Amino acid sequence: MFTMVLWGLLLVGMALVWAVPLLSGSKGRRSFLMAIRNLWLHKLRSFLSVLGIIIGTGAVITLMAFGEGSMHEALEAIKRQGATNIIVMSVKPPDDATVQRRSFIAKYGLTDEDYERFRQTLPGLVGLLPMRIFPAEVRPITSSRMYNGRVVGTTARYAVLFQLEPLLEAGRFLSEQDEYPIPRNVAVLGSEVARELFPGEDPLGKTIKFSGKDRAFTVVGVLKDRVPSTSGPDIEKFNGDVYIPLEACRKLLGEIQFFRSSGMRGAEDVKLNQVILTVADTQHVRPTAEIVRSQLERFHTGKKDWDIKVPLDRLREAEETRDRYRVLLFFIAGISLLVGGIGIMNIMLATVTERTREIGIRRALGARRRDITLQFLVESVVQTTLGGVFGVGVGLGIVWLVPWIGEEFFDQHVPAKLHIPSIFMAFFFAGVVGIVFGWYPAWRAAHLDPIEALRHE
Amino acid sequence: MTTRVSAAARIVNLVKNYYLEGVVVEALRGITLDFYEGDFVALMGPSGSGKSTLLNLLGCLDRPTSGQYYLAGRNVSQLDDDELSEVRSRYIGFVFQSYHLLPQYTVLENIEVPLLYQGRLDQRARQRCVRLAQMVGLGDRLGHRPSQLSGGQQQRVAIARALVNDPRVILADEPTGNLDSKTSVEIMELLTALNAAGKTIIMVTHENDIAAWARRVIRLRDGRVESDTRTRPLHKLAPVPAR
Repeated sequence: MFTMVLWGLLLVGMALVWAVPLLSGSKGRRSFLMAIRNLWLHKLRSFLSVLGIIIGTGAVITLMAFGEGSMHEALEAIKRQGATNIIVMSVKPPDDATVQRRSFIAKYGLTDEDYERFRQTLPGLVGLLPMRIFPAEVRPITSSRMYNGRVVGTTARYAVLFQLEPLLEAGRFLSEQDEYPIPRNVAVLGSEVARELFPGEDPLGKTIKFSGKDRAFTVVGVLKDRVPSTSGPDIEKFNGDVYIPLEACRKLLGEIQFFRSSGMRGAEDVKLNQVILTVADTQHVRPTAEIVRSQLERFHTGKKDWDIKVPLDRLREAEETRDRYRVLLFFIAGISLLVGGIGIMNIMLATVTERTREIGIRRALGARRRDITLQFLVESVVQTTLGGVFGVGVGLGIVWLVPWIGEEFFDQHVPAKLHIPSIFMAFFFAGVVGIVFGWYPAWRAAHLDPIEALRHE
Repeated sequence: MTTRVSAAARIVNLVKNYYLEGVVVEALRGITLDFYEGDFVALMGPSGSGKSTLLNLLGCLDRPTSGQYYLAGRNVSQLDDDELSEVRSRYIGFVFQSYHLLPQYTVLENIEVPLLYQGRLDQRARQRCVRLAQMVGLGDRLGHRPSQLSGGQQQRVAIARALVNDPRVILADEPTGNLDSKTSVEIMELLTALNAAGKTIIMVTHENDIAAWARRVIRLRDGRVESDTRTRPLHKLAPVPAR
């Protein structure tokens, strides 16, 4: 459907380009029809001479589409984190490693006091989202199934911030009543957890437990598959998450979280793993982040057990990268169009030589220089714009085909996103190339001496 | 019998020099001639006599080094390229030795070409082209390409094309040079008929029996007029010479 619209637009564009000679009187119309006929007369040669243009425009569209596609996904991932968000995280300080082993319990990170301070002192906050995250084995009380997942203790705001409303498969997300007045033991399952623990069953209303804990939780909601957060080392795959109210989480865990990982025992005292602050406007992001930084520096003296991530910065970076990439692609595409143009000029010069006598005849019969120029110029522009249309077709074909092949045969997601301006740019430049590289041959043709031209064999 | 005659074309002391690798070649060394309305002139002379140069100048394909050329009462000797194109388009019809039709065009389209450059190719003009094709006997070949026609037929198309802009002068450069004698006679009969209908024709030839169809024979030698003979009176039908 979309492709159809695009083709329509392209044809309109081509019609506009061609309308110029068509509307400039019968002479223009004739030279246009003449050009079409001459091209048709030498089909193979015309095709070969515009091959460069076809490849050039096709390359522009293809490269731009794949470039845009991957960039778009990266940008979307960052945007999902929220451009108006400031992510404050607890980080285990690396220089503390020895101390930890002796004291057995590693106490670090954001505290409830930090959270309260953020809430009360930071100006212009529109939302705070506390999160306590820990790995856990999840099992239903009715079966022996088990899932190694991640428990996220959070509030109702989580669903707002991550826009989970459309991602609810069944039931509801956590609500404020789950926290207050009486903390409820409810849970919302990620898609994979639900699939693993309750295959072929409706998880709603079922009860789950976390290994080593007595407290049971009732499933009140199930989520659909969620797109993972940013690619890279700290990628978050949300489908293995179990969401429970933060209050219930505190009760569940107490203050200290014991864990076993790769044969090592340990205990951590982390009150909050993450707090996501949301400001009203992107321009408040950086000042607010600065205040947070200075606060944390003051209250966590000498201990760098926190970190601040500003998605906006990464967004800016990614956008700058994308812009650089675009310029580069246009440059490459420009070169290929240039090469195509030289091909056109080469063929046009040969054509002029070959049709010297025709030019002489036309001159003798009253054609002015500008008539001859127009004839050859129209011919080259018709060629390049036709080549442009073919190139757009080829480009669209590749942009459609490659992700399909990747998906069908290699199970690979190839991100491709048509960059609409690139299509018009490519088409426009094909026309410009026709004019620029058709000019000299047309000029040569027009400035042949009619007498010499008539004698030419 | 004297009739008032007017000159369709008049050249006064026409000189044409070429510069070939720094050497001056004097192709025309001062020629003065009047070409009358309705005349049929044969230009003759050995190669290098300047007859082709003269024809090119008369056809406004070239400019003289010095001297004047009046065509239809207008001095056209020093016009610029665009103006010369305009003059060719309005006042001159060309017939060439090798026909010079455009191979990718049909008979009708070939006849239309001069009108195309006058910018007046409307429905009426197109009908006129059809009539001209019929007149030269190719009314049933309008859609044929030149390659599908014999030499004589191609030359007929060329003649029709030369007539389409209703020129003051028809310039024929060895119009029968590529044709056998029978076809040559047919072409000369056609030209003679046009002349009888009032067309002014200037024809370059080196064959005496072709020149014999004309009313006036001008011989050039070394860029000068060697002889200028009126073989038939200006305003009588030219008789068909004995074969």
